Amino acid sequence: MSQRAAALKPEMQYADLAQQGETAQLGMWIFLATEVLFFGGMMAAYLAYRMTYNADFDAAAKESVIWIGSVNTAVLVTSSLTMVMAIHAAAERERQPIVYFLLATAALGLIFLGLKGYEYVEDYNDAVVPVLNFHPKEGNPGAVELFWLFYFYATLLHAVHLTIGIILVFFMAVRAKRGAFDAGYYAPLEVVGLYWSFVDTVWVFLFALIYPIGRSG
Amino acid sequence: MTVTTFIPAKSTAVKNYLTAGFGIRSWLLTTDHKRIGLMFFGSVTFFFFIGGAAATLIRLDLLDPAGRLVQPDMYNRLFTMHGVVMVWFFLIPSIPTTLGNFFLPLMIGAKDLAFPRLNLLSWYLFNASGILAVYFLLVGGVDTGWTFYTPLSSQYATGHVLPAAMAVFVNGFSSILTGLNFIVTTHRLRAPGMTWFRLPLFVWAIYATSLVMVLATPVLAMTLALMSMERFLGIGLFDPAIGGDPLLFQHLFWFYSHPAVYIMILPAMGVVSEVIACYARKPVFGYRGMAYALMSIAVIGFFVWGHHMFVTGMSLYSGVVFSFMSFIVAVPSAIKVFNWIATLHKGWITFDAPMLYALGFVGLFTTGGVTGLVVATLAADVHLHDTYFVIAHFHFIMVGGTVSAYFAGLHYWWPKITGRLYPEMWARLAAILTFTGFNFTFFPQFILGYLGMPRRYHAYPPEFQVWNVLSSAGASILAIAYILPLAYLGWSLLYGKRAGSNPWHATGLEWMTSSPPPEHNFVRTPVVTSAPYAYPDPETLADEPAGRRPQA
Repeated sequence: MSQRAAALKPEMQYADLAQQGETAQLGMWIFLATEVLFFGGMMAAYLAYRMTYNADFDAAAKESVIWIGSVNTAVLVTSSLTMVMAIHAAAERERQPIVYFLLATAALGLIFLGLKGYEYVEDYNDAVVPVLNFHPKEGNPGAVELFWLFYFYATLLHAVHLTIGIILVFFMAVRAKRGAFDAGYYAPLEVVGLYWSFVDTVWVFLFALIYPIGRSG
Repeated sequence: MTVTTFIPAKSTAVKNYLTAGFGIRSWLLTTDHKRIGLMFFGSVTFFFFIGGAAATLIRLDLLDPAGRLVQPDMYNRLFTMHGVVMVWFFLIPSIPTTLGNFFLPLMIGAKDLAFPRLNLLSWYLFNASGILAVYFLLVGGVDTGWTFYTPLSSQYATGHVLPAAMAVFVNGFSSILTGLNFIVTTHRLRAPGMTWFRLPLFVWAIYATSLVMVLATPVLAMTLALMSMERFLGIGLFDPAIGGDPLLFQHLFWFYSHPAVYIMILPAMGVVSEVIACYARKPVFGYRGMAYALMSIAVIGFFVWGHHMFVTGMSLYSGVVFSFMSFIVAVPSAIKVFNWIATLHKGWITFDAPMLYALGFVGLFTTGGVTGLVVATLAADVHLHDTYFVIAHFHFIMVGGTVSAYFAGLHYWWPKITGRLYPEMWARLAAILTFTGFNFTFFPQFILGYLGMPRRYHAYPPEFQVWNVLSSAGASILAIAYILPLAYLGWSLLYGKRAGSNPWHATGLEWMTSSPPPEHNFVRTPVVTSAPYAYPDPETLADEPAGRRPQA
């Protein structure tokens, strides 16, 4: 107990724990602003080519595996729910539910990555992987290749972010199990939650840019 | 600024931040923003002289129209090295990571930055990327110029483009983390009573700079990553062979690299505001306008990048818009210049070294800014694009302006940082040499550019020689002016007079604590009750304020 009380003192530069917690969250918001511009640079490039090679991008996007993309969207949105439930449990100071919801969140993240890996195999079989195996069926091959380059850059970058998120969530679960959030200070959990929700949101944008286009006609 | 005094009594003998710990570990593992600021000072000084060495070789080569000193390939590598090192490893970090790191928490009455460990990480990332960059620029080098334009960088260049781009990428993380830390600190750690419009303008400037760092740097990271992937795979988003657009690279690159100019100049504006107020003994004229001007430069600076691309064949309409926006950004910049001059009006002006540097800044920045309007004009840019006129223009802003302000701040705050006074006469000499040497070096380049000498060539027609010789001669004066402070500031560390807590009788919380400050800055958290720059009205003073100007 004394150890826990000692761990709960705010760091030297803060007046109290409330200030420390709010500051940590603001820090993550600013970091996410950076991330928006990071992904935004790539998405701007995509949109420029989408406008230039509209028909070719439509043709290319038809080759994407939309059922995996859709299932994965559902998986990630659900993981955002379990993440928020974990934070809610922390607010209620219930230790076990925090752990369970965090582990569920991490598991959903892993399911996403597994499905994504399977999707990459399908993409390889469809011969739409630039450099390795690329024989597009229709459209101007150059423009189609631009689409698939974007697809792989964006989804791989997203997967890297998600992997970091899974590690963080798992780490939080270990801390929760040890009782780190029992005393009502759970700002680290909220910070990880912000990051997790951001990674989900990026996916929602990527889904919209990759899968549905070209399928409406 | 009305505050009670926070100087610890002698008898309590509070350790200052330099004596709080000894040994290499107490530095390498420190989380004290003041120590990290000093460590950044060491790093950026090192990189400044690396970049300066490359510049020296460039100027020596250009003494001779045939450019016999170095081979053309070597010349390309030299100006790339000069650009990469100076932009990312000196100019961008210079004021924020040293003076900003040291004084932002002090000026807002905080004990440290919001995230001290992140601050230390930022220093390690900076050094790792800097050493990586310098290593690969030396062994084999890169010949793309600091701009890494595709398809030259991604398809044709033979040097170490990938590791150099990687170094700049990692350097970006350092920049982003520093900016993030400053923004959060300014929002969350201000002392009681320190409202937004009681912040010193230096804090406003660092805040505006940090916004640009956080929002522009990631786009550069993405752009360089895409370029590197193209080089690595042999095919990519900017590859014209598959319908990719190299101009898209330029758009993304300048979306960062134009705001990066404001990362370099905004902190300089903050320093100059502090110094001019102190040595004119007056509040800064139009304080709120100055704060708004800083913020609007930061925002408008995001919408002018296309003026680097007027002659690339982009549409005339976007050219007109970018030209117009570039003129708009001159408005807040001009407001700042007028307000500095208005601050001097009827002030009790003394020409101490920081003031000489600051006045030099105002002149050089104005020259650089006005010539910026010349190149922002569509028709004029067709003639001046990629000539020495552009080189002269941005060196007036980034070197003349920023480096002068950096030295102004370094001298102004030297007693606070070290607890010692620097020798005033030597410092004034260095300030005058900087201004003289700078103008000698770069003013001839305006003429060269106007006459049509293109940039990035190692040889030139003989009729340009006289201006090039003038420029190289000026550079030798400038070199002395830059090396001189190393000598006398180093001397002052050992032999300078003890400064006392406030040798310039300046306002601001940083002067309300001892010199050097204690480990956690203030013995008690200060409480602020009034606006900054509460200097006594000079017209009511009958005589020079007593003890105004201590001599080393």
